[in-house]
Parts: sequence; structure tokens; C-alpha cells
Amino acid sequence: MDKRFADLAAEGRPALVTYFMGGDPDFETSLAIMKSLPSAGSDVIELGMPFSDPMADGPAIQLAGQRALKAGQTLEKTLELARRFRADDKDTPIVLMGYYNPIYVYGVDRFIENALEAGIDGLIVVDLPPEMDDELCLPALAKGLNFIRLATPTTDDKRLPKVLENTSGFVYYVSMNGITGSALPDPSLVGGAVQRIKAHTRLPVCVGFGVKTPEHARAIGASADGVVVGTAIVNQVASSLNEEGHSTGATVPGVEALVRGLAAGVRGSRLAAAE
Amino acid sequence: MNQTPKLNSFRSGPDEDGRFGIFGGRFVAETLMPLILDLQDEWNKAKTDPAFQAELADLGTHYIGRPSPLYFAERLTAELGGAKIYFKREELNHTGSHKINNCIGQILLAKRMGKTRIIAETGAGQHGVASATVAARFGLPCVVYMGATDVERQAPNVFRMKLLGAEVKPVTAGSGTLKDAMNEALRDWVTNVDSTYYLIGTAAGPHPYPELVREFQSVIGKEAREQILEAEGRLPDLVVAAVGGGSNAIGIFHPFLDDETVKMVGVEAGGKGLDGDEHCASITAGSPGVLHGNRTYLLQDRDGQIKEGHSISAGLDYPGIGPEHSWLSDVGRVEYVPIMDHEALEAFRMLTRLEGIIPALEPSHAIAEVIKRAPKMGKDEIILMNLSGRGDKDIFTVGNILGMGL
Repeated sequence: MDKRFADLAAEGRPALVTYFMGGDPDFETSLAIMKSLPSAGSDVIELGMPFSDPMADGPAIQLAGQRALKAGQTLEKTLELARRFRADDKDTPIVLMGYYNPIYVYGVDRFIENALEAGIDGLIVVDLPPEMDDELCLPALAKGLNFIRLATPTTDDKRLPKVLENTSGFVYYVSMNGITGSALPDPSLVGGAVQRIKAHTRLPVCVGFGVKTPEHARAIGASADGVVVGTAIVNQVASSLNEEGHSTGATVPGVEALVRGLAAGVRGSRLAAAE
Repeated sequence: MNQTPKLNSFRSGPDEDGRFGIFGGRFVAETLMPLILDLQDEWNKAKTDPAFQAELADLGTHYIGRPSPLYFAERLTAELGGAKIYFKREELNHTGSHKINNCIGQILLAKRMGKTRIIAETGAGQHGVASATVAARFGLPCVVYMGATDVERQAPNVFRMKLLGAEVKPVTAGSGTLKDAMNEALRDWVTNVDSTYYLIGTAAGPHPYPELVREFQSVIGKEAREQILEAEGRLPDLVVAAVGGGSNAIGIFHPFLDDETVKMVGVEAGGKGLDGDEHCASITAGSPGVLHGNRTYLLQDRDGQIKEGHSISAGLDYPGIGPEHSWLSDVGRVEYVPIMDHEALEAFRMLTRLEGIIPALEPSHAIAEVIKRAPKMGKDEIILMNLSGRGDKDIFTVGNILGMGL
């Protein structure tokens, strides 16, 4: 992961980080989606682990999780997705994103071991703030798995060092107070926030929450080291399904086209900044 | 870190990280973390501030109607032929349940923190009504999240909340019950962090909620302890309370926890039986997990996905339980048992006819356990039970089940 961000910095452009829900709408389709992401222009993949009670997510990601669970997705199968993807792609960093309970029930030590075996590079666990670092963050870091922390507008300068202390890989800046899928905030405010975080860390800062179009990606990418897109991809999947909620011929190509557009936006963003 | 409370007391938890043994904690998104730390600071100041305590006590007396009576259930005692049965009459409080004790305390905290908007979740609607009540009393706007399923089956309470000026938002996400209402309240809070106070209704959630809700509800046990000493000259042999999230139970248990001679039983909703999924017995039939900000016993599958509970009583219809109860169960201080829907219903009818008290379906579970235990105890023994709410809200549910359409 560090290498990927260093390469992109040398290239002079921000990373496109794409989130999708593991197992949505079914295992095989989501594997096909995952495999399509790098060639469409995704630099880092966030693989969503479905949870029945996603408290920080909006309706789109909650529904995606419900579709995945209904189709039989489990944490074990989400790790299997990563393993199958890794067989063909050794380079694209994979970050697992979700909530703590399925990991806790799976068993923390067993989870870390199996995640490493599956080729996972990092973890984002929404409901584990720094106060809970003993649970998973410290054991994961000790085994060489990155632990990526969310920083938010409520994380003030006094608290930032605590949030950054055990963070590795990159910092995920949540661009607004709210849930995933909300409206895009003012890019100029986001730029200031990114600078504020950068004053405290040398890690790359990626920005998410509210990025839906290539124009958004371009605007946010002007100041951030990476742009995270999630809800827009999940919505693209949802809109391609048939009445029974099954995938169609449009599901994977739809995601690919969307990501290709976003990638173009990201690639244009430093030009935009220079203009 | 992670130190367990002092071994010579069951009353010193939680530790500074909000833990009761392995349970409790602060499992929340980063956006909420600074708010929770603010709340903790304010709570630490308030609990030792004489002015705060005086205002709380004054509202307790003049607004809630405290102290609630301790009542000797003479006819129920005679009918069962064993231990003497006393009820702590929390159903006589303003708004009809123990919920108001906590709401008054928390809205005073919200005022201290300068918050201008109240949000709450509710299942049966009792906490929603109590929240809407204190919001009206203090002139703050209030939004209550309620599962769409519950909005339908608790229409009278929905109307009460609206009369009191609250906005009731039906939640259709997930399964449309209490846990989904709590998810939605958390989403609101994460979006409106500056203005909003989240008034949690039970002794669960991230630290410091389990502690502060317990402290506001402990007035029940403190009063009951004095009242039983005055009435009988000694402590009870057994204390019984129903447990959903567990706020009325921890409220009556906590002041007795270090009295070695006092046994305690928490009664969970056994629903239609523990064999299938149609129950809410988190401790008896669940396993430890992390949900809604704390580690506690949960109803969940092998993959850590939360299950839907079932209970005849909407107030017990929650797949988790307060973390202090999980700890009290693990250390063996309190015993937790299930009572089935039909047993609670039978107890509801028995109390109504014998004592002229229509209990809520939640404490009807506790009554059912008392009915089981009292005959096996001596006539010189004493049971204290928390009659936590009145049954007016449940007459439609009971009427439907008994085939007496209203």
C-alpha cells in the first residue's frame, strides 16, 4: 500500500479508492466487479464486509449489505473473495471495511491470520475508535496489517494526534458529519481540512463521503492524496439489478463505466488545481 | 486499562474506560467520539454538583411524583401462599413508567451542555413518551425514531408523543423495530453533532450512557431499600425485575448489590420459547458481541449478524441488554431467567384481578417469575419486585390475543 501511494505521488496524481460491498448482489458477481476495478482505473480497493446494523452508513450501503447477507455472504466468504482476486492481481491494495462485531465473533487472531493469507493490506473498522485500540488495531499492526483510521470534522487539533497515533496506510478523512451517501460538501472546505490533517501526519490523506461524479472526484482530488467513492458504485449495482434483485448483463459493465469516468476525473484533478 | 471493578464491591463499575469486566466500552464511529467524551466530562461534573442534584430531586418530587410507593400485595401473597410480595410502584410515576426518571436526568444534562434539540429511540413508545414529555417541559424540539412495525402496534403512544409536540419518524430500514430505530437515531446524531443530544432510553450504548442511566434509575432501589427497612425492619430475600435493555432492573438492583443476603433475578423475554428465534433472551440464549456502542450479550448468528428478537412486549423486543447485566450474570451476582409470552399474559390477568392493578406487559414477565418462586419460599421471606410500568398501552395487544376486540 505504501508503495502504491508513493508511485502515485511520483506520477503526480491522487489515488482513486473504490468501495463496493462484498457479496452484493451475489458472490460471483461481486468477484467479477472486484476483478474489473483495477483495469477501470481503481488504485485501491475497499472491500465492504456486510453487517446487519451498519450505523454509520446511509440507506444505499445498508441495502447493499442486506442484499449480500440475503445471498448468503459471510465474513469467511468475503475473505474468500479477496483470496480469489489476489490469485490474479498481486498489486492492487485491498482494504477490508466494515464493523467490528462479525470480526469479534469470528475471533480476532484467526481473522488477522486469515486476512493476511487472503492478501488483505489494511482494515477500516468504523466502530473502533482509538480508545478501543487494544481490541483489533494493535494486534493487527503487530502482524503487519495496516489499520486505517477515519478522521472527521469533529476530530479537532487536540484529538488528531490520538487518532493518528496508531494509523497506517492512509488516513481516511470523512468530509462531513453524517452518514455515507450524503451530499457533497464544499470542496474548498475539504481542502482546508486536508491541509489541517497533513500538518499532523506524513501519511496520505484520502477523502470520502459525498463523492459521486467525475467532477466531484476532480474537485476533491485537487487537494487530497486520494478520493474514495462508495455509495455511487453501490447505487450503480442496485440500479442494474432485475426485479428479483439478481444481477444482469449491465451490472459489471455499469460499474466499470462509472469507475472509468471517476478515474478520468481523478487524473484531471491536478490539472484543475494548476489552472 | 481494563481493570475490573474492586473485588470487594459489585457497585464500583464501570472503570474509567467504561468497562464492566469485558463488557461495556465505547464502540462508536470517530464522528461521535468527541461528543461522547464531552458528555462524560459534563456527567462527571454534574454528578458531584449539588445544584444539579437539587434540581433533579426537586423535579423528582414535584414533577414525577417521587418517592413512588412500596406496596404490600396482600391478596397476591395470600393466593400464592408463600413469601410476602412487595411492589415498587414505578407505574404510578408521571407518564406511567420508570422511564421518566432517566429522561429528567438526561434533559438536565442536555441543558447544561447547551444542546438545543433532543432525539430518542423508542420501542413500545414509553421512552418516546417520556422523552417527548421532558422536551415539552423544557421547551426543546424532539424527534423520536420508532420502528415502522412498532408505530403500527403502539398507536396510542404515537398519538401521545405527537400531542406533546414531538416528531415521530417511522423507521423502515432493516426490520423496522427497536434496534433499527436506534441505528437511525445514531445516524441522526452523527449528522447533527453540534445541536443535538441523544437521549438513550436504557442502560446500554457507549460509555457513559450505561452508568448515567443506571444512576438516574437507582433512585428506585434507594427508595425501595429505605421503604422495605421501614416496613419490615429488614432487607428483602429476593429482588425481581424484568429486563429488556435493563434500566428498570439495574435501577432497583444496584443499591442492593453488596447486600449478600439479597438474591436477585432478572427476567428476560422468553417469547415463544428459546428453541427457535422468537424470543429476546439475550443472556440466557445469546452470546457476547458488539452493537450500539457496547460489548454485551446479543442475539446473533454465527457470522455475527444481529438477529431479530420477538416478545409479546414491545419494550423487551431488543436483541441486546445493558453491559452491566452481562457482567452481573458472568460473575454470578444476578440470575437471569426467561419467561414465555403466555406466562406473562397469565400473570398480567392475575394481577389485574387480584390487586386491581393493570401492569404493563414488561413487568408482567417479572410477576410471572414471582408467581413461580413465591410459593416455594417461606411465609417469613420477602420478595421485592419492580412494577415498572402500567398496562394502559397494552390493553389493545392483550385484547387482540384474548379475542376481545376493542
